[in-house]
Amino acid sequence: MKKIISLLVTAAMCVSMVACGGNNQTNSNASGSNTGAGETKITLWTYPVGKFGDEATVKGFIDNFNKVYPEIKVNVEFLSYKDGDNQVTAALEAGTAPDLILEGPERLVSNWGAKGKMVDISDLWTDTKADIDAQSPAIAAACNKDGVYYEYPFCMTTHCMAINYDVFEKAGALQYLDLENRTWTTENFVKAMEAVKKSGLVQETGVVYCGGQGGDQGTRALVTNLYSAQFTNPEHTKYVIDEANGVKGLELIKEMTDKGILSYDAGIQASEELQLFANGTAAVSFCWNAANEANYASQVNFKPYAMAFPSDDGKPELAGGIWGFGIFDNGDQARIDASKKFIKFICDDETQAKESVKATGFFPVKASYGNVYAGTADEERMAGYTTMMTYLGDYYNVAPNWAEQRTAWWNMLQSIFSGTSVKDATAKYVSEVNK
Amino acid sequence: MNTKKKATPYKVITAIALAILAILFTFPLYWIITGSLKDAAAINSVVPQWFPTAPTLDNYARLFAKPSIKWLLNTVIMAVAAMGLTCLTSSLAGYALAKKRFTGRQILFTLMVCAMALPKQVILIPLLKEMAFLNLHDTLWAVILPTVGWPFGVFLMKQFSENIPTEMLEAARIDGAGEALTFTKIVFPMIKPGVGALAIFTFINSWNDYFLQLIMLNSSKALTISLGIAKMQAEMATDFGLIMAGAALAAVPIITVFLMFQSYFTQGITMGAVKG
Amino acid sequence: MVPKGRTLQPRSKALARQETISAYLFLLPSLLFFVTFVIIPMFMCVFNSFFNYTSTTFEFAGFANYIRMWKDPVFIKALKNTVLIVVVSVPAVMVFSLWVASAIYNMNSFALSFYRCIFYLPVVTGSVAVTVVWKWMFNKYTGVFNYVLGATGVIDQNISWLGDEKFAIWCIILILFTTSIGQPIVLYVSALGNVDKTLVEAAQVDGATDLQTFWKIKWPSIMPTTLYVVVITTINSFQCFALIELLTSGGPNNSTQTIMYYIYYVVFKLDQFGYGNAMGVILAIIIAVFSAIQFKFGSQK
Repeated sequence: MKKIISLLVTAAMCVSMVACGGNNQTNSNASGSNTGAGETKITLWTYPVGKFGDEATVKGFIDNFNKVYPEIKVNVEFLSYKDGDNQVTAALEAGTAPDLILEGPERLVSNWGAKGKMVDISDLWTDTKADIDAQSPAIAAACNKDGVYYEYPFCMTTHCMAINYDVFEKAGALQYLDLENRTWTTENFVKAMEAVKKSGLVQETGVVYCGGQGGDQGTRALVTNLYSAQFTNPEHTKYVIDEANGVKGLELIKEMTDKGILSYDAGIQASEELQLFANGTAAVSFCWNAANEANYASQVNFKPYAMAFPSDDGKPELAGGIWGFGIFDNGDQARIDASKKFIKFICDDETQAKESVKATGFFPVKASYGNVYAGTADEERMAGYTTMMTYLGDYYNVAPNWAEQRTAWWNMLQSIFSGTSVKDATAKYVSEVNK
Repeated sequence: MNTKKKATPYKVITAIALAILAILFTFPLYWIITGSLKDAAAINSVVPQWFPTAPTLDNYARLFAKPSIKWLLNTVIMAVAAMGLTCLTSSLAGYALAKKRFTGRQILFTLMVCAMALPKQVILIPLLKEMAFLNLHDTLWAVILPTVGWPFGVFLMKQFSENIPTEMLEAARIDGAGEALTFTKIVFPMIKPGVGALAIFTFINSWNDYFLQLIMLNSSKALTISLGIAKMQAEMATDFGLIMAGAALAAVPIITVFLMFQSYFTQGITMGAVKG
Repeated sequence: MVPKGRTLQPRSKALARQETISAYLFLLPSLLFFVTFVIIPMFMCVFNSFFNYTSTTFEFAGFANYIRMWKDPVFIKALKNTVLIVVVSVPAVMVFSLWVASAIYNMNSFALSFYRCIFYLPVVTGSVAVTVVWKWMFNKYTGVFNYVLGATGVIDQNISWLGDEKFAIWCIILILFTTSIGQPIVLYVSALGNVDKTLVEAAQVDGATDLQTFWKIKWPSIMPTTLYVVVITTINSFQCFALIELLTSGGPNNSTQTIMYYIYYVVFKLDQFGYGNAMGVILAIIIAVFSAIQFKFGSQK
């Protein structure tokens, strides 16, 4: 035993030496900027936007980039929506933030941009703004704050929901849906869910998830669409879910869960709800989009059918997602310039840009790109989502205190499901987030 | 020893209860290992499959497609380095606190005792800022160094050092042995079992310190196995097969270490505490 | 528990100084780490707590953070839950591990180490590995709990254990319990083994029942161990961060919110470093007082 102990201690010392060497190297990689003659190292962090969460795909794109710019080395790290924000916060505080980050305006513009952590990339917009405006002027509006652009986007989509077509068919619930336009009224949504529940074909009709902020755009869209409520005021300065229509929407959901034609789970987030849908445990998912259909394609043994959220007037307003790149201000001009080259290549290069969009499974932000899926195997699948692009609603995600709002939202849902009245819960919510 | 004891009802109930508890306490580990061998259908079935009828290594194939071996290696390096440094610094300090009378001894000891239970969340931001200043954030050192700073080891080694007969130290001093020689020839051999206990204790603790790893490490090169599992869970929440494979990979090495040194460990921790 | 051990008696002032110097030389490596990574951060924490400190601002705010805390219902809830966890798990761990230890300590050595290992397993399985498997077992749809309870007729509808305010905190405490009892059992087994056997036998000859023997003879002599168990279980109860982060994120409806998790949440999600630090200071004071009391009791025995 004595020998073992002295052996252990010796081993520990040796390993710590090795660790020392190894780590110094890691460190110089992370923070070092210019190594070798004219070589620049930059770091990219991606949130899982479609296949941008997949290592092989992103590495392929970096290889393409290096064929044109061999002097710029790109190191990539993959974040998840569950703890990615915390990692970025820690990195910002500890000075190990990446150069480039891939996400949407709610983080790039209204969070890190507004806090002065990001570089003004207005110059990237000069040549392409007209093309992007032609698609929708809302895009450019979301990507800047007070005229300073913090995001350069390349793809967009609308978030919708999905139904298990087979179950709805067998339950006789398809009659309540406008399958061509992919819309349904609030009244018909209730009827359809009743029919599905009665059929007994699934364990749950639908699960309103509120165990965290993951995929909360789905529950927000459900609540606001039911009675055409607004989430914020038109100026995006104040949250107004406590107004009559928002309260009505929440009350309907509460009523449906009380009746058992919908259920809630404060223990799960969107990723788990999606899995329930994919397994056939739940008949609808509130967190659907084109990329999710592609991701879950191999797991489902039924036909998932994308639908807009139900709305009392039959005119859904879907939440949009606009994804693109931003640059963290690490104070090194060489790395900022290299990052800009990378953005331009991924978003604007003639051959690469369309591949980038296709990898996300979403739609291009530039009108001139037309239908990038034409002639591909995805053409038919994407056509359904093209229908719903016309339902793109207000991009309210740039309102102040957005991060606080997101955590307050699922806490509010939890309190409603555990018995707090909708009026009290919404009043508390707006008092917390309107500061 | 009273060997001839009647089998009273109380004893029978106790024996049965212990057996049931033993099953319940091994169940999570059993569920990790069998779960890691199940395919998606078996994992998601509402009626649990108590034993995998069609075991598959597919989960492990998917696990090893990720840099999981690198994660494991990082964790081992981190835990071993923390262990070595803690044992070294704590045995020196524990001896001084137990056997030397000096100014500030009581204050220092009180300070360490009070800091022992302090959760690291309390000093989260200052610790991040320090690591930024030392340029160590996102390296394993950022996890190792605060672990070594935790005073539990000093406390434990002080308890052990109390056992050293003062006469022996005095004799050594009279013989003209210097401090270094006294420590290596007399003190260290006597507290060795304690060092062994502390080694295993620190190893397990730093392996399990999810919080520190979470805030200090973010690049995939530096991830530990705990973070790796948590990341997989964040990305694929209900892919329990893959997650269980990760959990098995994390659990098996540390359980092996524990079983190998088990008797040594129990001897060590009891000596430290019973003395107290 | 911490008797003042016999120390070398310095013979003169010069020797005393020499002794102090050599003591600090021995302490130096350890102090270097302790001061740099515990004491300095703690001071920074106290300092920061008086500022309105976010990722973009740093303004003096006096006691604003401290005042805000007592008006923050989530903090109050977190404080209550933190106390609840400690108050429930410490006695539960103590009683249970003492019971197991007294049941196994006079078994043969194979059975003894078998049971010791079994109850130590959850500790060495690793916190994250244990947490994810419990998450699965508690799952509403594919978890074993709902299946077993459903099949035996205890429940008629699946329960979302971690998503229900009534159950979530108890689930956390249960997991914490299973990962906390390993070490106390080991300690109690050896403490019970060290109880003076002649005393026990004398009592039995006098006709004392098992229960009387336990309370009058064994209990007093294992008191030091009990205090040590209380200390380590308390420390352990404050380390429940991974459980909460991975299982409930403090929900549902803040029913599993603890100060440890709330600090992290306020700092990382709400970007309020000053406020987080102020809560840290309060938590540190609570814990320091708690430890001081325990050790005070310990050294009296």
